Amino acid sequence: MFISYLLSGISLGAIYALIALGYTMVYGIAKMLNFAHGDVIMVGGYIAFTISVTLGADGWIALLGSIIFCTLLGITIERVAYKPLRGASKLSVLITAIGVSYLLQNVALLIFGSASRNFQALIVVPSVEIGSVTIPGNTILTIGVSVVIMIVLTLFINKSSAGSAMLAVSEDKGAAQLMGVNVNKTISLTFAIGSGLAAVAGILMCTQYPNIGPYTGQMPGIKAFIAAVFGGIGSIPGAMLGGIAIGVIENLSKAYISTQLSDAITFAILIIMLLVKPTGILGKKLNEKV
Amino acid sequence: MSERKNSERAKGFSLLKIVPSKSRGKLVTVLIPVVFFAVCALLVNLGVLRSHFAGLLVPLCYYIIMAVSLNFTVGILGELSLGHAGFMCIGAYVGGLFTLLTQDSITSAWIRFPIAILLGGLIAALAGFLIGVPILRLRGDYLAIVTLAFGEIVRNLVQNIYLSRDKAGLHFSFTNAIEPERLDPATNVDIMKGPMALNGISPDATLLISVILVVITIIVILNMVDSRAGRAIMSIRDNRIAAESTGINITKYKLIVFSLSAFFAGIAGVLFAHYSTVSPPKFDYNMSILILVFVVLGGVGNIRGSIIATAILYILPEVLRGFQSYRMLIYAIVLIVMMLLNNNERFNAWKKNTTERFTAWRKGLFRKKSGKEAE
Repeated sequence: MFISYLLSGISLGAIYALIALGYTMVYGIAKMLNFAHGDVIMVGGYIAFTISVTLGADGWIALLGSIIFCTLLGITIERVAYKPLRGASKLSVLITAIGVSYLLQNVALLIFGSASRNFQALIVVPSVEIGSVTIPGNTILTIGVSVVIMIVLTLFINKSSAGSAMLAVSEDKGAAQLMGVNVNKTISLTFAIGSGLAAVAGILMCTQYPNIGPYTGQMPGIKAFIAAVFGGIGSIPGAMLGGIAIGVIENLSKAYISTQLSDAITFAILIIMLLVKPTGILGKKLNEKV
Repeated sequence: MSERKNSERAKGFSLLKIVPSKSRGKLVTVLIPVVFFAVCALLVNLGVLRSHFAGLLVPLCYYIIMAVSLNFTVGILGELSLGHAGFMCIGAYVGGLFTLLTQDSITSAWIRFPIAILLGGLIAALAGFLIGVPILRLRGDYLAIVTLAFGEIVRNLVQNIYLSRDKAGLHFSFTNAIEPERLDPATNVDIMKGPMALNGISPDATLLISVILVVITIIVILNMVDSRAGRAIMSIRDNRIAAESTGINITKYKLIVFSLSAFFAGIAGVLFAHYSTVSPPKFDYNMSILILVFVVLGGVGNIRGSIIATAILYILPEVLRGFQSYRMLIYAIVLIVMMLLNNNERFNAWKKNTTERFTAWRKGLFRKKSGKEAE
C-alpha cells in the first residue's frame, strides 16, 4: 500500500514540480510572484478540452494547441499587465498579479460556466504490473513527461545562449543589459516557457483527476508555489525537489493522517519552512543592500 | 457691525469650523458613513427604497469595517495580507458560538451582543498576534503567501470541528462526526457540524449597532494613523531600513498593526454571524480578495477612500440586476487597471493637474461668494 501511495504522491509531485518551475523561473528573473500562474494551468486544460472534445481533434493536436495558446497567453499577460509595472512597488505588482488571476478565472467562468467538465485523457498509457504493485498508466505518463521536460529544461538553461541570458538577468538585470542581453526578450521568454510548462501540467493534471472547472488551477497553483518556496525560490532543481516533496507529503498525509486536513498540513509545512529556513532547501541567501 | 455679522456667518457657514482644522478631515471621514446610513435608513422607512436595499446596509457595515482594517495593514504598514477572511472567520465563529451557547441564559441582547463582539474581536486579535510573532519576520511576497496559507488553515480547521450539546454538557470531536452513542438523543442539539452552517444564532446585528461599530473602527484607526505609533508605522512602510536605524522597533509596530487589524476583522465577523448564516466556505480566499479590491479602488492608504469604494462596489452590483454575473470580472479589471494607472506617469501628472485646478476653482468660488456677502 505504502508503495502505491508513494507512487501517486510522486506523480502528483511531478505536476507540482512542473508548475513550480514556472513560478521559480519568473521569480528568479522578474523578481515577482506571478499569482496568475496557477490559472494558466486551468486555461491550458480548457483549451485542450475544447480542441479535443468540442472540435473532436486528435489528442496530440490538442496538446500542441494548448501549449501554444498558453505560451502566447503568458507573453501577453507579461506585456500588458506586468511590464508597465517594472520598477513599481512590490505591492502594486502583487495586486496586479492577483487581478490577472481573478480575471482568468472569471473569463473562464463566463465562457465555460461554473459546472466542472469531464476531461477525457488525451493520451492513454497502459498500466504496468511489477510484482504485487500495479502502476497506473497515468502515473507513468506524468512521471515520464516530467522527467523529460526537466532534463530538456536543465540542458536549455545551462547550454544554450538564451538560457545563459536568463541566468544573467536573474543574477543582475542591470549588468546583463550592459553586456548586451535583451532583458525584455529574456523576460518574455521566461514567461513563455513557464506558461508552456503550465499548459503541460494542466493537461497532465486533468488526465489524472479528470475534472476541469474555472477554479481548478487555484489550489494546485498555491501548492506549487509552496513547493517552489520549499525547494528554494529561484532555484530550478529546488523547484523539482520541492514539487516532489510536497506531492509526497500531501498524499501520505491524506493516506495516514486525514483527508480533510491535508491542505492545512501542506500550508503548515510552508509556514514552518519559512520560519526555519526561509531560503528553502536549495535557495541561496541574498544579502540585503542598503 | 456688518463685518462682525459676516465673520459670525462665516463661522456658522460650516459646522466643521468649530473643530480644529487638524481634525476636520477626520470628522468628515466619520460623518460620511453616519450620514449615508442615516439617509438610507430614512429612505427605507419612508418606502422610497425597496426593502431589498435595506438588507444590504448591515453587510455594507461589516464590509466597511473589513476594508478599513485591511487598509491599515496594506496601506499604512505596507504589507499585503491575503488572510483577512481568516480573522473574520475566527470572529464569526467565536461570536456566533458565544451567542448560541448563552442565548438561553442571557436573554437580553443588549448585554449578550456587546460581550460577543468583544470576545470575537479579542480572540481574532489574539490569533493575529500569535500568527504575527513568527511570520512578521517575513516581508512582501512571502508574507502575502503565508497570510493566505493562514486563512486557508483557519477555514480548514473550522470545517473539521464537530460540537454538540446535551444534558451531560458539550461534546467535541475533530475531523470525524461525533459518535451517536456518546450523545443523549433526547436533549442533544448539534451546534457545529463540520462544513455545515451554524444555525439558530439570534440576529442581533441591527443597523444601529453596526453603524456604531463602523464609527468606532474609523475613529480608532484614524487616530492610530495620526499618532506617534502611526508615524512610526508609516516610516516602516516608506523605508524599513531607515526606520530601523532610527531605533523604531519594527516587530513591535508590525504586531500592533496586525493585532488591531485582526481585532476589527473579528468584530466584522461577529456582525456577519449575527446577520447572515455562517459556514466555513464563506471565509475563503475569495473573501480576502474581495476586501482587497475595495481597498485598492479606494486608494491604498486612504481610509476615506476605502469607505466610499466599499459602498460603491458593494451596492452597485446588488442594485443593478444583470450586472451580477459580470461582478467578479469587473472586480478583476478594477484591480489591474487601478494598479496600471497608479504607476503611469502621465496619468499621475494629469491627476495632479486636475486636482490642483479643482482646488483653485473651489477656492475662487468661495472667495467670490464671501466677497458678495461683504458688499
